[in-house]
Amino acid sequence: MSSSREERAARIRHLLDTEGSAVGENTRGFNRGRYDAVADLEAYESLKDRARAIKADAIADLPALVESVTEAVESNGGTVYLADDADDANRYIREVVADRDADRLVKSKSMTSEELEVNDALAADGVDVVETDLGEWVLQVADEAPSHIVAPAIHKSRADIARLFNERFDPDEPLETAAELTAFARERLGELIADADVGMTGANFITADSGTIVLVTSEGNARKSAVVPDTHVAVAGVEKIVPSVEDVSPFIELIGRSGTGQDITSYVSLLTPPVDSPVVDAGEPDVALADRDDDREFHLVLIDNGRFDLREDDELRETLYCIRCSACANSCANFQAVGGHAFGGETYTGGIATGWEAGVHGYDSAAEFNDLCTGCSRCVNQCPVGIDIPWINTVVRDRLNRAGDDGRFDALYAELTPDAEPGGLDLGKRLFGNYGTLARVGSATAPVSNWVASLPPTRALLERVAGVDRRRDLPTFERTTLRDWFAARGGCRVDEASATRSAALYADVYTNHVDVDRGRAAVRTLEALDVHVRLPSVPESGRAPFSQGMIATAKEAAEGVHDALRADLEAGRDVVVIEPSDLAMFRTEYGKLLPAADADALAAGSYELFEYVYGLAENGADLEVLTGGPEPVAYHAHCQQRTLGLEAYTTAVLDRLGYDVVESDVECCGMAGSFGYKREYYELSMDVGKHLGDRFAAADARDRTVVASGTSCGEQLDDLLDRGSRHPVELVAPDRRSER
Amino acid sequence: MSHASGSIVERFTSALADLDVPVTRTTPTDCAATIAGIVAEPVVGVELPFEGVTLPGVVDTDPSPSSLEAARTGVTPASFGIADYGSVALTATPDGSEPVSLFVDRHVAVLRRRDLLPDMPTAFERLGPALRAGDSVVLATGPSATADMGELVRGAHGPKEVHVVLVDDEGATDE
Ligand code: SF4
Repeated sequence: MSSSREERAARIRHLLDTEGSAVGENTRGFNRGRYDAVADLEAYESLKDRARAIKADAIADLPALVESVTEAVESNGGTVYLADDADDANRYIREVVADRDADRLVKSKSMTSEELEVNDALAADGVDVVETDLGEWVLQVADEAPSHIVAPAIHKSRADIARLFNERFDPDEPLETAAELTAFARERLGELIADADVGMTGANFITADSGTIVLVTSEGNARKSAVVPDTHVAVAGVEKIVPSVEDVSPFIELIGRSGTGQDITSYVSLLTPPVDSPVVDAGEPDVALADRDDDREFHLVLIDNGRFDLREDDELRETLYCIRCSACANSCANFQAVGGHAFGGETYTGGIATGWEAGVHGYDSAAEFNDLCTGCSRCVNQCPVGIDIPWINTVVRDRLNRAGDDGRFDALYAELTPDAEPGGLDLGKRLFGNYGTLARVGSATAPVSNWVASLPPTRALLERVAGVDRRRDLPTFERTTLRDWFAARGGCRVDEASATRSAALYADVYTNHVDVDRGRAAVRTLEALDVHVRLPSVPESGRAPFSQGMIATAKEAAEGVHDALRADLEAGRDVVVIEPSDLAMFRTEYGKLLPAADADALAAGSYELFEYVYGLAENGADLEVLTGGPEPVAYHAHCQQRTLGLEAYTTAVLDRLGYDVVESDVECCGMAGSFGYKREYYELSMDVGKHLGDRFAAADARDRTVVASGTSCGEQLDDLLDRGSRHPVELVAPDRRSER
Repeated sequence: MSHASGSIVERFTSALADLDVPVTRTTPTDCAATIAGIVAEPVVGVELPFEGVTLPGVVDTDPSPSSLEAARTGVTPASFGIADYGSVALTATPDGSEPVSLFVDRHVAVLRRRDLLPDMPTAFERLGPALRAGDSVVLATGPSATADMGELVRGAHGPKEVHVVLVDDEGATDE
């Protein structure tokens, strides 16, 4: 196990060095483009809702839609073949190509054709297959795999491509600029297209009512591939079918913006084949186009290849809603750092690739990269069809855990890691997933536990057995927990009967055992605002096991939390949460783990600490009792806090208190719970973190006090910067003297 | 889409200005002269199906693969335009509207003012019946482009330049 961790770490390091900078620059450009483009789109949210509803209905109705589209295409004069799997599809396509006696087939970009590996199948028959999308052609020349579902050669810089072309084609004048490279490719590919016998395209959408193939492109090569030869083969997963032409409209408004940040791509081809356009036949150069009497042939090859099974899978079904826009990849900090050659399987790349790979190629392919989704949730609001992409990753992780082999599980480990998971689970995952138990033992035996944990032999053992990178500082457990302290002072200073509000403060594991100071600051703050505070005994939220794909354990935790908070909720008390990743469990993930009524009650009754403080102020509480500015502050919000739209409350409260705040817009700190502790991901985590470190080392931020809402973000910032970080509540809380 | 304000023509023009696509307004009577002033020779084209609107004599309206190859400009009608996006709808025809708009360096799209639609849903209401009747249409927005060679380049496989000629109804004075 440790050697495979080493191999994985080495592979990631290699990709960070070789492809990271091109991938980073391009994906960050797309990501900014998307934020700008959707900000200008008034109906963005309603378009997303509509798009999702269309997909949900279409997938529910899929068998009927396959029938309708077949009827439509056949009555137009085309042929439809429903292929069970890749071999079946390739066999059919080879027959079509052989029937036409074709020597050359030109292709436009199609991820589905990559899934089939149809190029290899045709090449084996001696067919010259030419990729005409410039990015795909670069990869065909370089003999490499796509690293991004929309921009396949995103890992290559202009200089890389120039070097490749100059070596391979030895042009008279060496090629250098992007314009020269494009002109060279256009001319060369133009010649190859001119005497192609068959054109192959994918399809972004297919309309069941008209039999129309919709292609969303920018270069024009798909138009040429479809129009120049007399035979057109379109390959598409069955999930691409939508009921009617009109249903395509919201997707056209969303797909370009979500992908590369363009309002619309240059060309949206709506082809109802066989098309009316004349064949452009290089063999008959002087026959007028209008005088031709072409007999065009069209084949639509619909691919199942696991999709109908995916449709039956209650947890992974939404994968089929995906329109492959790439927003989930572009908004992902890990993807930005390392690209699709690490963050991808046999064919697909990015966050949703886990669902696609599990569905079409199987769990082994998904296992290669599933860990790289940290569940930070930054992609969730970016997905135009509202897929809960982290959930797809968590489900697949859970299933992979369950598929592991038994036997590396010993008694000591069992005691420290009392979860509901199978024996074959990776020991690192088990360790991080049971963080709550570790923390209890750690506090009970502190300071000895801290001292033992920091000893070199312990760190070496932890690294070897559980994959905890020894370059990370381990959390230091406090002997006196927050709850101990609260009990010792005799509970709350504000009487419940006369208080403005009454709150159950959720003492998460980290606050209770490690960062007791932020918990005390939260208590002081709430008391100063005339809130009666209770500190009920509540188990850990389940975030830690959830992140490791230990869904059964997380479900038990959710039930425990709900049971423990039920009385407070029923008594009308507010649940106040310091740690955003726990609040996100309560508000979002518990919807998947608890009965709906319980999940709804907890979601409606729980608040992020600063959201709560803001609400108190809006309802008349005087913030003057807190500690005000003008201290200059650099603030980093937590990923899940931003997904929930809650970061604005912290900055608003800090503003009102007179602090001068600079906020980071970096997608993620890179730590993501336990991710950055893992031996195989330490370098990646630090590479992602570098952007946050750089942001706070910039001239306008470097002398500011650093505050962060998330536990992991704070730990990462402590490693990235010379100055430490705190939770913002430690800044605004009244003086400690008020504790007594 | 920062073009939500202004008249429909202003929105269309401003969306295309972002893509460096000029829009030239004309009347049916002046249309041929307007087009003649925009094209670079040699020019291929397909006949305009608009009453009272003709192409200038310089346009070869019966292109073959070799004249298509030699042409610098291609002139085609657009079935409709979408103001919010600056898109023109190019319907495939047996006389070769699709290749004429695609193989040349400069595509001149001729659009009637009355065929300018406000937004995408309206465009798809128009497309629904047409596609169900067997039409094929390309919504073309600006020049062909690629970023695959390391930065944005116009004129990948399709035209480098697009020019829209907007034909007002005879005597119309709106906007
Ligand atoms: S999952 Fe959503 S965001 Fe990701 S590629 Fe698919 S549609 Fe786009």
